[in-house]
Amino acid sequence: MDWDAFSLSLELAAWTCTLLLPLATLIARWLAWHRFRLRGFIEGLIALPLVLPPTVLGYYLLVAFSGNSLLGGMYEDLFGQTLAFSFEGLLIASVIFNLPFAVQPLQRAFEAIPQNVREAAWCSGLSGIQTFRRIELPLAWPGAITALALTFAHTLGEFGVVLMVGGNIPGETRTAAIAIYDRVQAFDNAAAGAMSALLLALSFLAIGMVFVLGQRRRVYV
Amino acid sequence: MSEPSPKTAGSIHVSVHQDAPIRLDADFSCAPGEITALIGPSGSGKTSVLRCIAGLLHPSQGRIACGDRVWLDTERGIALSPQTRRVGLVFQDYALFPHLDARDNVCLALGHLARNKRRRRAAELLAQVRLAGLDRRMPGELSGGQRQRVALARALAREPAVLLLDEPFSAVDQMTRRKLQEELARLHREIHIPILLVTHDLNEAAVLADRMVVLSHGTTLQSAAPDEVMNRPAHRGVARLVGQRNLFSGTVKGPAPASPGKLRLDWAGLELTVDDPGTWPPGTEVDWLIPASAILWQRPDRPTAGDSENPVDGRITELLVLGDNCAVTFALNTPDGQELHFSLPVHVVRRHGLMAEERATVSLLAAGIHLMQVNSKPAVQYSN
Repeated sequence: MDWDAFSLSLELAAWTCTLLLPLATLIARWLAWHRFRLRGFIEGLIALPLVLPPTVLGYYLLVAFSGNSLLGGMYEDLFGQTLAFSFEGLLIASVIFNLPFAVQPLQRAFEAIPQNVREAAWCSGLSGIQTFRRIELPLAWPGAITALALTFAHTLGEFGVVLMVGGNIPGETRTAAIAIYDRVQAFDNAAAGAMSALLLALSFLAIGMVFVLGQRRRVYV
Repeated sequence: MSEPSPKTAGSIHVSVHQDAPIRLDADFSCAPGEITALIGPSGSGKTSVLRCIAGLLHPSQGRIACGDRVWLDTERGIALSPQTRRVGLVFQDYALFPHLDARDNVCLALGHLARNKRRRRAAELLAQVRLAGLDRRMPGELSGGQRQRVALARALAREPAVLLLDEPFSAVDQMTRRKLQEELARLHREIHIPILLVTHDLNEAAVLADRMVVLSHGTTLQSAAPDEVMNRPAHRGVARLVGQRNLFSGTVKGPAPASPGKLRLDWAGLELTVDDPGTWPPGTEVDWLIPASAILWQRPDRPTAGDSENPVDGRITELLVLGDNCAVTFALNTPDGQELHFSLPVHVVRRHGLMAEERATVSLLAAGIHLMQVNSKPAVQYSN
């Protein structure tokens, strides 16, 4: 059992959620309440990780992270290390491939808030931020929980992108999913089995939470 | 943050103009303690005008001032946010915050009070709209009428300088509507601020409002007291909107010789005497109307004083019982068979055994006949 890999996976999932949820909230609100010409295009771009083979996404990210590219070069100049094969690179990749899992539930949740409820809040004297905190967020809460659970579970299980971008560096980029693959390659079926069972339990817990909360979601009139 | 008491609130003056996306061309005022009804068919821009006042919609041109505060002045680049306008807006579907109970819905609009005073004030407001005891109910647990009251309490919570009601009685049943209308009339006496009521129900507007603003395609057609709008509309368009059915064309022939101050009107060969205050040179083509209430059926057995005024012969073509009254369609003996519509109490119809196809004579009261300019521009008419 590779506990290092597990703690790295949990750390990656926690950081991904921390960075992605605020970002996804901004994007989701923007998409939910604004109509503009490129909307469909942007929604498609965000949904792309759902259908793109992880290795393809991983390949392009690897290219973008290399010292020769603009992003990778800038990062190297600033921090003196490459993005590729680092935890930070893995985190950026993780945020990108989780975009649809976080944005879509949030967008549906914000879309379900009637426009005039927000207007009523403004007319009651609530500022934009107060309206977000007191009205929008409580009403979109189930969507936020779904986004959180899906992002968390999906990060724990992602394999292809992580292998392409992070490689397999113990303590830096070797996540649980990679470690399972590693153990199978080494014919250590006992460890692979134990880790698989744990990942299965965690994933089931996360997805179960989404459905339980979905059932319990209050029906407002 | 202290807000001035509503007693210092002044009149609201609204002038909004734009071509697109929704055409708006409305000008009107409303004094404190007055209910002004914005009426017009659906799609006439009534709600858009309210949204402009609340700051939810910014017209391309306009000026909105309430008391001594200017909320919108496109020429000077002033456009206050909804938060700073002190508007109490009751939405058509109430737009309550669905995750908060009645008390918290109201509390949220009490941001100008100290935190520890909000709950007490919310309870007072809910009691004022007769919802005491229902403070902790969620919107989903309230009836339509109760939700409307919560929305009203929330709108009043900010001590608004103007109260805006968007079709407030459209989503409740008839019984509740009557009760809520009575309560609005009561509230109207208690709070001394301008109240703007959007409605497409003419009777509601006539009963509740001190003034009616008739809108069509976003344009103010007439702004006057309900009685004036209903019985002396500015032109044919308003007459149609307020449901006047006895609407005809005629030609002014000149002063009536026997009765000074009155005019003679030619109506398809018939000569009518008209008591209209306007100055109409002889030969003027006019539109004219007579409200149903100014048409008198002449009882064959007992002539009354009104019988001498503009007697017109014809026959009853249709009698429809509608509740206590009977809607009468009356065709004139003229070649083109003009029709008059009026109503008679059912007991009168029964007692006299009135039937369709019966010959009859009606009087058109001179004072009820109202002349209107033909093709007059939908200019704003102000009168009190």
